[in-house]
Amino acid sequence: MEFVVPILLTVISAATPLLLAALGELVTEKSGVLNLGIEGMMLMGAVTGFAATVTTGSATVGILCALLAGVMCALLFGFLTLTLMANQVASGLALTLFGVGLSALVGHGFVGQQVTRLPSINLPGLSDLPVIGPILFSHDLLVYLSVAMVFVVAWFVYKTRSGLVLRAVGESHDAAHALGYSVIRVRYLAVMFGGAMSGLAGAFLSLSYTPLWSENMTSGRGWIALALVVFAAWRPGRLLLGAYLFGGIMILQLHAQGFGVRVPSQVLSMLPYLVTIIALMVISHGRNRVSAAAPANLAKPFRAPV
Amino acid sequence: MMPRLVPKQTVNSYMIWLSPVIAVLLTLVFGMLLFMLMGQPPIKAITSFFITPLQDLYGVSEWLVKASPLIMIAIGLALGFRANVWNIGAEGQLVLGALAGGAFAVYFPVSENVLMLPAMLIAGVLGGMFWAAIPAYLKTHFNCNEILTSLMLTYVAALLLSTLIHGPWRDPGGYNFPESVLFPAVGSVPILWTGTRLHLGAAATLLVVVVAWVMLSRLLIGFQIKVAGQAPRAAQYAGVDANKIAWFVLLLSGGLAGLAGIIEVAGPIGQLLPTISPGYGFTAIIVAFLGRLHPVGIVLAGLVLALSYLGGENAQIELGMPQGVAGVFQGMLLFFLLACDVLVNYRVEFGTRVAKMG
Repeated sequence: MEFVVPILLTVISAATPLLLAALGELVTEKSGVLNLGIEGMMLMGAVTGFAATVTTGSATVGILCALLAGVMCALLFGFLTLTLMANQVASGLALTLFGVGLSALVGHGFVGQQVTRLPSINLPGLSDLPVIGPILFSHDLLVYLSVAMVFVVAWFVYKTRSGLVLRAVGESHDAAHALGYSVIRVRYLAVMFGGAMSGLAGAFLSLSYTPLWSENMTSGRGWIALALVVFAAWRPGRLLLGAYLFGGIMILQLHAQGFGVRVPSQVLSMLPYLVTIIALMVISHGRNRVSAAAPANLAKPFRAPV
Repeated sequence: MMPRLVPKQTVNSYMIWLSPVIAVLLTLVFGMLLFMLMGQPPIKAITSFFITPLQDLYGVSEWLVKASPLIMIAIGLALGFRANVWNIGAEGQLVLGALAGGAFAVYFPVSENVLMLPAMLIAGVLGGMFWAAIPAYLKTHFNCNEILTSLMLTYVAALLLSTLIHGPWRDPGGYNFPESVLFPAVGSVPILWTGTRLHLGAAATLLVVVVAWVMLSRLLIGFQIKVAGQAPRAAQYAGVDANKIAWFVLLLSGGLAGLAGIIEVAGPIGQLLPTISPGYGFTAIIVAFLGRLHPVGIVLAGLVLALSYLGGENAQIELGMPQGVAGVFQGMLLFFLLACDVLVNYRVEFGTRVAKMG
């Protein structure tokens, strides 16, 4: 049993950034906006969070700065796509390319530095339970937050009036507009939430997963998060499942060697990407087409009739 | 007085071409601001970035060496974008082309057969096509989004390259460095301009540009691509098979990226290395947009973005700037371009709203 605990812990670590970023994108997409810039926003979050933590010595400041960096990136994207009605696909790609470059530039002086890993928050009593304690109750703030946000997002989207407006805007912006809701405002808020969550996902990578900064450290996690939203058919509950499944696949390479699997490490590193493709294939195929679950106005620009 | 965007009755064609120029100028201005923030003298930094690299003929030749793959890849991507097919994985297709073609050089390193280079080029095209055929198949048979699948395959391709050159394709006499053998003379792209690295690939790129231009403006398939992208319903009624178009543009863009890849490794690089492209496959996306998805525009845009690579390298050497600078310029340029494009379809009006008839 002893080897199970560390494995599960690494699964949780690997799943957390995916879950955070994918939850943000889920809300963004529910409003009808497709932001392909997650990778860029995560990188900006990662570098800002790391730089702020190194400079101020406070991880709390770091996390807040990462969140802010994500929101700023999202606002840039929002200005282009919502105010200027630019193509969402192109703008999202631009955000990723920009984020990759700018994070490398900002992080240049921080390569090689280290921070103390985010402290785990132990819950009195619960954390001392055998097996369950270390697996479920000995994580840092962002891990708890990621799981809590699944429930918050699910509640918000399906049980609140604002969530209904969010979905209405994503399903039919014309109808929502006719009912008197500000489509653009709702979308700005949803995009900003997506940015904040991506920023946090980045902060988790650079402050907890590997407490250091290196260029392009997200290595495609932003894109996997995007695929997860499709995989989960835009449902928060399935997102939790998907993120942990992918977390499990991502850590295979860490443990396979330990179990004596004789495969080049690069081949194991390919797995998350290959599984993403296979998952998309399975989920997009056949009668229960996932595209039916997509918000009807996804990636369609809206301009209020004058 | 809030500025408002009002749709234009007709699209000004001059604005379509003015917008990229404004975007480039804005990028330069904001680039200077960025340099100031970094504590660099802005004029000197801009000079070092965009002027110094082109001061001698060798610099000009290096400029063309970098522009060539960008233009070649962007031509293919632009055809796809016109058809609303988003191949984002050109970087991976480039790597597969380099691997498929490079295999000849790795397995026949002392060959003197003059057919080797043609074989490598063909294999490179096929390798890129194969890598693009996967998203094409998944799109047309499984309805999978090609953006995600082609991008995932880029990571797989990079890892495949790494597996091979850390393993079976490693140069046995290479002191354990993760590099392949140097390609033999018959497996190298001939140099066009002696004393520089400018190679025959640049001529191939020009040929591709001309063929693409003819195809887009004169051939039925070019028309079908445009209709499929701009009016999918009309295309359907006219009997244009959307799946066929998706296959065509993906194979074409994959093949061109593969060709660019094999030309890179058989030309300027001369062997397989862990990194064979400084992100040409991604930058080509910007080139395609900046060039208005038009072959001639793409040539100009390719030259602009090639300069950002060249300038980035020079700024690294002269001013000790980090490598990311080029990426920031490229991302900024695409942002400004997308923002300026709003002026193609809309005009800005100030003042209060006036009720208009009709």
